[in-house]
Amino acid sequence: MTSLFLLQLLNGVQFGILLFLIAAGLTLVFGIMDFVNLAHGVIYMVGAYLVVSFTQMTGSYGLGLLLVLPATLLFGLALELLVFRKLYDRPHLDQVLATFGLVMIITEAVEIIWGAAPLSVPMPEALSGSIPLIAPLRYPVFRLVVIGVGLLTALGLWLVITRTRIGMRLRAGATNRAMVAALGVDIKRLFTLIFAFGAMLAGFAGAMVAPILTVDPGMGESVLILAFVVIVIGGIGSVKGAFAGALLVGLVDTLGRSFGPIVLRAFLEPAAAGQAGRVLAPMLVYILMAVILALRPAGLFGART
Amino acid sequence: MSLLEVRGLRKSYGALKVTDDLNLSVEAGELHAIIGPNGAGKSTLIAQLSGQAGSDGGSVRFDGTEMTGLPMHRRVRAGMSRSFQITSILPGFTALDNVAVAVQARRGSSFRFFTPVAQEHALNEAALEALNRVGIADRAFFRAGSLSHGEKRQLELAIALATRPRLLLLDEPLAGTSGQEADRLVEVMRSLKGDVTQVLIEHDMDAVFALADRISVLVYGRIIATGTPDEIRGDPAVRAAYLGEEAGEGG
Amino acid sequence: MRLIPTRAWAATILFAAFAALPLIAGALEDSYLIVVATRILAYAIAALALDLILGYGGLVSFGHAAYLGIGAYAVAILNRAGVTDLGLHLLAAILGAAVFALVTGAISLRTRGIYFIMITLAFAQMAYFFFVSLSAYGGDDGVTLRARSTLFGRPLLEDDTALYYTALVLLLGLYLLAVAITRSRFGRVLTGARENPVRMRAIGFSPFRYQLTAYVISGCMAAVAGVMLANQASYVSPAFMNWHRSGELVVMVVFGGVGNLLGAVAGATIALLLEEWLAVLTDHWPILFGTVLILVVLYSRDGLAGFFRRRS
Repeated sequence: MTSLFLLQLLNGVQFGILLFLIAAGLTLVFGIMDFVNLAHGVIYMVGAYLVVSFTQMTGSYGLGLLLVLPATLLFGLALELLVFRKLYDRPHLDQVLATFGLVMIITEAVEIIWGAAPLSVPMPEALSGSIPLIAPLRYPVFRLVVIGVGLLTALGLWLVITRTRIGMRLRAGATNRAMVAALGVDIKRLFTLIFAFGAMLAGFAGAMVAPILTVDPGMGESVLILAFVVIVIGGIGSVKGAFAGALLVGLVDTLGRSFGPIVLRAFLEPAAAGQAGRVLAPMLVYILMAVILALRPAGLFGART
Repeated sequence: MSLLEVRGLRKSYGALKVTDDLNLSVEAGELHAIIGPNGAGKSTLIAQLSGQAGSDGGSVRFDGTEMTGLPMHRRVRAGMSRSFQITSILPGFTALDNVAVAVQARRGSSFRFFTPVAQEHALNEAALEALNRVGIADRAFFRAGSLSHGEKRQLELAIALATRPRLLLLDEPLAGTSGQEADRLVEVMRSLKGDVTQVLIEHDMDAVFALADRISVLVYGRIIATGTPDEIRGDPAVRAAYLGEEAGEGG
Repeated sequence: MRLIPTRAWAATILFAAFAALPLIAGALEDSYLIVVATRILAYAIAALALDLILGYGGLVSFGHAAYLGIGAYAVAILNRAGVTDLGLHLLAAILGAAVFALVTGAISLRTRGIYFIMITLAFAQMAYFFFVSLSAYGGDDGVTLRARSTLFGRPLLEDDTALYYTALVLLLGLYLLAVAITRSRFGRVLTGARENPVRMRAIGFSPFRYQLTAYVISGCMAAVAGVMLANQASYVSPAFMNWHRSGELVVMVVFGGVGNLLGAVAGATIALLLEEWLAVLTDHWPILFGTVLILVVLYSRDGLAGFFRRRS
């Protein structure tokens, strides 16, 4: 039981890290540009598909992963220049619709290029084993690497945001949009940069988890909405909030699914507990969001109401 | 007892005390002007009195009832209305509907779903009367957003009047109006005296000294003097803190 | 002022065309036409519901498909319980939607703008997962209805044309109701809160109560659409409340021109016909649909009507 708990705890952290990589870019775009981007999830999906192809081409997952970074960066750049740029001054409704259109186009394009059937990418040989945690529990090396790389990315992001001039200004702008005008930099170029960078992070996340998930055209959507929940919980524009929110959502979702029915068994008949657990578990993160919003409408680390 | 009693009102933004232990009494029926140099905290005071902004401490009593902590719409329903320094209207509505919806707020429930509101003549008549009073009845069927700046200022006052307030908080009603429009607004404020209690913030000193029954001088979040226009004119502290400075600016 | 009679004429013509459609379909001996048209009517109800809060209240709900699902599952659940009457199905759908809208609306409306969009989307996703996990009703796969709802205790709606006219009557009734609401005292407060919430507070209104009421009314109307959709398809699944469906509803409202109730009906018609037509052209129609969508957003402010007006 304890070891199962530890296992699921690690899975939850790993899921949370993944959500963070997706939510980090998204929350900056929301905060700084006041822009709703529904197409962020498909970039994550494109990252996963690209790593499949790049791995086939180069014969190495590591090389493939490295290639995904510039590829999704360019993809983000292209989207920003072609579509997003024209939408910054538009009402949220227009932004929602145009990015919804992009979701339709990109999802369908992915189906044309790669087919609708799920794909997979083989796990790199060196990371395919598992290591002992506490006996008899073993944990896959690859998942630990995902956690480690994710934490390193988060650390790097934190250093950029707290230690560099541009980062500090970004943070000020993201939580207080009036400050954006006072950033003293070419705002247009800054927006492009943030967008492309956010796209790269999402693509990176998709590429990184491709070996442990199936790659299919629907993978971006569920993650997108969970990333929204993360941002709402953390507070729009706050990278710190995105990190806390992502871990919270990752843990609550993973632990809820595995232990919800067990906890409920304390109150209900086993059969009823199983049924109620199955119904409640997927709803847990949304209930969590509702509770946090009811208490703090601007999210945990949000400045705005 | 005064109609409006403000005791120990405070508000700060970080280290800056915008309202600093402020006391103010406004008597029923008087026009009480509040003057002070830019940045003295006049607009913040109106925001606090109206409930638009919260206070860090102190109390606001209106007609003996504690208003502290009540949101703006509750204070309006209690009889305290305000106008905005920066015009705040419903730009897509006609001028008439801007006022009519304010009339509607104090006449019966607005949870009515089936009767066309445009056919409620009582609302429209009261609205037209308010528009007429401020001098823009001929603009009744124009989109409010298309009115001139001065006309919007007049509309702003008409909307506030239409809520039938007992206390009217006026935040620079004359700002940006032409001479003729300003005259009309001054006339309206004069005609309300004795009937509706008014708290007036205004930069036009001629208007203030001509209209006010009493004047309070606000400097750095505190009232440094209160008195009749003549008393204020002669007060050495006021001259030092405010009027001198104003003269120096050439205003 | 001049617009109102024009609007009444346009509404009369549109509804007359809908009423005449089964005759045309009969003449063409094209039974598929009625099937498509019934779906159009159901979606028109949902678009109408959404436009009430989106167009008049300024509340961009990206989760309205949840109400379609609630309406649809009300039919499935009552049917299995042996309750087949359409009136009772509608009643249950409306009650269920009202409860869901009241709870989620009260939380969502504490927020604004981007937050509101994301939260309504998230709550719809919550409803989606709830029905996915209902294994008794097929979970992900959904459940086929044994029969359509009954009317006056008789299986009248098994006839496609009867179902079509039922949907048309409901649409007409709800359209008239929505028009009345927008012109009422309530509608004026709702629109005022969209235009300038601070001003509304300064004359004594708390926008929250009115927005929440509108949100609940809109959810209930959309649930009616769900009841009709379930009957039309004789099948209910969580796909009814997929977030793409919510997006499509917003698309319909925008195609018709935001804040134009008749436009919402027209928008639903245009969007579904466009989908049908593009699907005939290519299996990959979403690419074309998405492109049209982006072009409309980028180059038109008043929906497709405005788009064409500007072209000509």
